[in-house]
Amino acid sequence: MIHPRRRGIAAIVLWLIFLLACAGIISRTHFTTDLSAFLPRAPTPEQQLLMDQLRDGLASRLILVGIEGADAPTRARLSRQIAQRLRADRTFVSVNNGEPVNTERDRIFLFDNRYLLSPAVSPARFSADGLHAALSDSIDLLASPAGLLVKSLLPRDPTGEMVQLLEQLNSGTQPKLVEGAWASRDGTRALMLMQTRAAGSDTDAQQRAMAAIRQAFDQAASATPSARLVMTGPGVFSVTSRDTIKRQVSRLSIISLVLIATLLLLVYRSFSALALGLLPVISGALAGIAAVSLGFGAVHGITLGFGTALIGEAVDYSIYLFVQSEQNRADHQNWIERFWPTIRLGVLTSIAGFASLLLSGFPGLAQLGLYAIAGLIAAAMVTRFVLPSLLPAHFHIHDVSGIGRTLSRAVQRAAALRWPAVIVLLAACAIVVDHRATLWNDTIASLSPVSQADVELDTRLRADLGAPDVRYLVVVSGANQESVLRASERVSTLLQTQVEQGRLAGFESPSRYLPSMATQRARQDSLPPRLLLETRLAQAVQGLPVRAQVFTPFLADTAAARSQPLLQAADLEQTSMAMAVDALLIQQRGQWRALLPLTAPAGVSINADPIRAALSAMPDVLFVDMKAESDRLYSGYLHEAIVLSLGGLVAIIGLLLVVFRSPLRVLRIIAPLAAAVMTVTAGLSVLGQQMIILHLVGLLLVVAVGSNYALFFDRLDPRTPILPRTLASMLFASLTTVAGFGLLAFSKVSILQALGVTVAPGVILALIYAAIFARQSDAESSRA
Amino acid sequence: MSRLMRPYWAAAALALVCSQAADAAPLSISQLMASLAQHPQGAATFSEKKFIAMLDEPVVSSGELLFIAPARLEKRTLKPRPESMVLDGDTLTLERGQRKHVMQLRDYPEVAGMIESIRATLAGDRQALERVYQLALDGNSERWTLVLTPLDPKVGAVIARIKMAGVKDEVRSVEIFQADGDRSLMTIEKRASPQ
Repeated sequence: MIHPRRRGIAAIVLWLIFLLACAGIISRTHFTTDLSAFLPRAPTPEQQLLMDQLRDGLASRLILVGIEGADAPTRARLSRQIAQRLRADRTFVSVNNGEPVNTERDRIFLFDNRYLLSPAVSPARFSADGLHAALSDSIDLLASPAGLLVKSLLPRDPTGEMVQLLEQLNSGTQPKLVEGAWASRDGTRALMLMQTRAAGSDTDAQQRAMAAIRQAFDQAASATPSARLVMTGPGVFSVTSRDTIKRQVSRLSIISLVLIATLLLLVYRSFSALALGLLPVISGALAGIAAVSLGFGAVHGITLGFGTALIGEAVDYSIYLFVQSEQNRADHQNWIERFWPTIRLGVLTSIAGFASLLLSGFPGLAQLGLYAIAGLIAAAMVTRFVLPSLLPAHFHIHDVSGIGRTLSRAVQRAAALRWPAVIVLLAACAIVVDHRATLWNDTIASLSPVSQADVELDTRLRADLGAPDVRYLVVVSGANQESVLRASERVSTLLQTQVEQGRLAGFESPSRYLPSMATQRARQDSLPPRLLLETRLAQAVQGLPVRAQVFTPFLADTAAARSQPLLQAADLEQTSMAMAVDALLIQQRGQWRALLPLTAPAGVSINADPIRAALSAMPDVLFVDMKAESDRLYSGYLHEAIVLSLGGLVAIIGLLLVVFRSPLRVLRIIAPLAAAVMTVTAGLSVLGQQMIILHLVGLLLVVAVGSNYALFFDRLDPRTPILPRTLASMLFASLTTVAGFGLLAFSKVSILQALGVTVAPGVILALIYAAIFARQSDAESSRA
Repeated sequence: MSRLMRPYWAAAALALVCSQAADAAPLSISQLMASLAQHPQGAATFSEKKFIAMLDEPVVSSGELLFIAPARLEKRTLKPRPESMVLDGDTLTLERGQRKHVMQLRDYPEVAGMIESIRATLAGDRQALERVYQLALDGNSERWTLVLTPLDPKVGAVIARIKMAGVKDEVRSVEIFQADGDRSLMTIEKRASPQ
């Protein structure tokens, strides 16, 4: 007796060391809830771009704010007060609400640099004919209602370069102004658009920005309880998702723990049994988190949510030990001999199933796979090697043989359900085949934890603000800023023809605000020397009601422009153009990139093909449809996950074949699992729930958990009936699993909900199918 | 019946008194405004001459005016090139070729002052006029001249004064004297109301 005891002590010590190590790792673990779980590990250039944009692109840093309730003047006042306060806050790069804040600075910058910035500047424009045409245009403009605004500019800018620039900059649609602040089209909401300094993926910073906005709103001089503040945007979404995931995961873990503990208490009627029974669970959870932390560097909130549900599965092992063994220590050894091989095989089949997920390019899925494998191994090992040594000498649980005998009788009659079960199964197959086209939801939005109401609010505010949705982008890459800007200029020329053909409403380009050095130099060179310009001007004014002398300031300005230093990015600082260049011109990992977002014509979506075709001749230029790209990314994951799951199934079958060396026996074990999977799939599709990737993980879990049941029902010798205790343990095990996962079905986070609605019914079905299709013991059939 | 008719009679009597008194007595601002306010909408053609110091000759343009009380004023220039200016409430929309500008009057007080003078006069909205201008009326209801002098120095920096001349309840000309000495003269000819 001494020997095994010493071995037991060694196991306990090792276990404690293991737990300490896990706790140490976890204490240093970084927990995330951002999009990282959904981004590929080996991205294509388009995907890399998508990831960068999602993390810290222009769109990711926008916060759209709406003020509702109260009356229009109050809303506008609130908007101005909030804006005034936040403009002084370093958290925000810009705060726009329609007030002309930068206008004056912008005007001065544009006017002083008009000859470097205006695309109309060319040698032809400054020929005598070109000047004549430009001057007569300007004189026409003088006569127009806008004439008053341009009159003072005429002597310095007779060719109207400033008007050109202003028209280019004002091409975007602006929200309407009510009481001097932006308002929605129906006028019921004041609107603001803010850009944060921090990247959209910096959830903490986004949360601080949101708090600053909220505080500015609450403390505004015109604050009134009847006004409401709403916020949306990618950063806001990450903050609310994190809150939702955090809240749901912690609430669900507490409820499921209480539920499972109550269930076990009812069964065991012993607190020590309950405490001991939870040891493998806790060990498994710690091992899972630690393994993911080591393997991935960070643990995603979703993985924790999944872990919560896995409590219900890991607790099974201790249930098997407590319920299946007799009421004394010797029998625990007996249990190890009789049942451990079966459980070990169950664990192995689970591992075979989940191992396939490790290969997924979807980091979220790979995390779940690793968590499940590490957690199940730890829980099983603790049950096998540590738990028996920890049990007190007279440890026993409440006698459950009564339940077992009842179950036993039920199982004997279960065979009668074979034909109905076959019919149900056939119907399920028919449904699945019938719905095969709509079975899966392969849009990435299906994974989003953002609620439908929030998405609608976002769409409304975006439409009202005309905020860029940055769906279509042309991306130019290059080794340095100059080459990227020059390529952007070539792309702009191409895009401009698309605009003129009505295929595009417009586009943005960093070269608009910061032309390449080459272009700036060319524009400078287009300006003739003073004397030559004077001669040409004298020719140009012939036939026009104006004398050349009026334009003496123009001669001075062009002479200055000819020798002025070329514009650098730093020159834009303090203007609103700096923000645009900042967002559209990016240096990253030694590479330069220019982004040219496209705007679709109103009410139409962009037809990508002609634009793609027009751009195809240019090297290092990429046309990206961000939505299509992200959907393609996700559907890639989904298809990969389907293939991997089938691979996992093959691995499970292979494992069972190696162990049992009997195809018939393997079929007998696999059949109830396949039936459960098929029935759940059919059920989801009848209920109109399209499957996402997490449903697939759920189905894999059904196979993993169900394989234990099928293995218990499987007996080499059909004359030995299944022990009532075994049946009872399976019932309790499945009930705890249902309790753990069933709760997830009520989660508002779609990915957790998907797991719940799949696993909870799946596990019950697996148990029932296993009972129905189990080989009837001869004794039973002869009695029947 | 009498209850329903009474306002009608009152109005008719007032009109009678006004037209009879018109020949002799000097016109008051309220009388002028009341008669201008009688036209909820009107269409007219205009021709405009702008005398700009920079230019040797005045710039001439012509087109159509359309006013719909209380707040919509459209000025559609047909010559020398088509363009339009539509003022609706506080929003000013300028269209020229394919370009379209939408501005808020409050952002451009100089432009606002100029346009508001025409709109408010056409609407007979004395309050709106007096918010921006000091009014001086001369003449009788047959032939009158209304001179507007900006109260706001910001507007005054651009517009020295606006002189409107009219016959009975019609505005015939708007002459804008800019602070820098430039001026424009718009003559208006009424067309049949497009009702």
